[in-house]
Amino acid sequence: MAVGGRAAAWLASAARRFGSVPWRDISAEAVHRTLLVVKAACFAHVINSHVVGVALVRGPSMLPTMNLTGDIIAVDRITARRGTVAVGDVVLFRSPENPRKTVIKRVLGLEGDTVTYVVDPHKGDASKTLVVPKGHVWVQGDNIYDSRDSRQFGPVPYGLIQGRVFYR
Amino acid sequence: MAGKDAHVLSHPSPLLPLLLHWQSNKHLDMRTGNSLWLLTKKTLTGALIGITISDRYVTLSPLRGSSMHPTFTGSSTSFPGSLKGDVILVERFCLQKYKFSHGDVIIFRTPTNQKQIFVKRLIALPGDWIQVPESSEILQIPEGHCWVEGDNPASSLDSRSFGPIPLGLVQGRVTHVIWPPQRIGHVERKMPTGRISPY
Repeated sequence: MAVGGRAAAWLASAARRFGSVPWRDISAEAVHRTLLVVKAACFAHVINSHVVGVALVRGPSMLPTMNLTGDIIAVDRITARRGTVAVGDVVLFRSPENPRKTVIKRVLGLEGDTVTYVVDPHKGDASKTLVVPKGHVWVQGDNIYDSRDSRQFGPVPYGLIQGRVFYR
Repeated sequence: MAGKDAHVLSHPSPLLPLLLHWQSNKHLDMRTGNSLWLLTKKTLTGALIGITISDRYVTLSPLRGSSMHPTFTGSSTSFPGSLKGDVILVERFCLQKYKFSHGDVIIFRTPTNQKQIFVKRLIALPGDWIQVPESSEILQIPEGHCWVEGDNPASSLDSRSFGPIPLGLVQGRVTHVIWPPQRIGHVERKMPTGRISPY
């Protein structure tokens, strides 16, 4: 009986202590903090995908312009969105062969332009000429000997372009 | 300092009430300015969160055109605010892995004009062989591409005219119709039979 009474008293005091914790304040604070983090994340996302993005590039295809080991580049998303990419710009786009990969190449022709390219620079200078179809661009790596680009997969739809590289 | 204050107090200038009034007015202005600032801040935050959700998770989109009849009905006017056509719910989770199934309804940028976004049904995925309608030609879908067609072949501009499209152009998968109320519901996967073979 005595043990039961003590247990009951302990339970009651525990309940009292539990009740006296300022749950309302704590939850309000938690919500506030979470909201702050969410806001920061949203801000970062919007800036990164609509104004200026940052990307890490690797690989040999753009060799004289970009390093082999990896460069951090700044990508301007507004030019691509407004559709004012010009010949000579370096652009970031989704690979037409693998949508999970984003690659970086130089634009050498816009829609309606005539492009002449060397089919295989390893095997001589046989070249081909074609007109870039509507809504597409012709992209090539700066290192023509080691680059997988429009010479293999043809012109790229403009919709795949993610941004213009403007700063390394 | 104190002397100066005393001076003002001992010779109250006729302008003092005016000055006080101006002060209180300034106070009032500051308060409305503050609430305005708060309002802009709230709106901006809301917009940021909204854009992020619509970019990464789900978005709503009104439809135009009759290429997906009878699955959807689009409005015939080009006025964007009109609610004649269906409004659809588009999820973007599929874009993280680019995993799609045959028969999904997807939205994508057209390869010929990056500003146009189309809704079509995904018929074939990379590696599939498809029989091109109206030409009895059999074609293999190249790596990273897909074949899309409208449900209403009579008035649909799709892969039959521009060929397979890169999966990178896909912007999302349509899951529900949410407007008008009598058509609310899930969008089913549906496949024409006998057109494609996996190998």
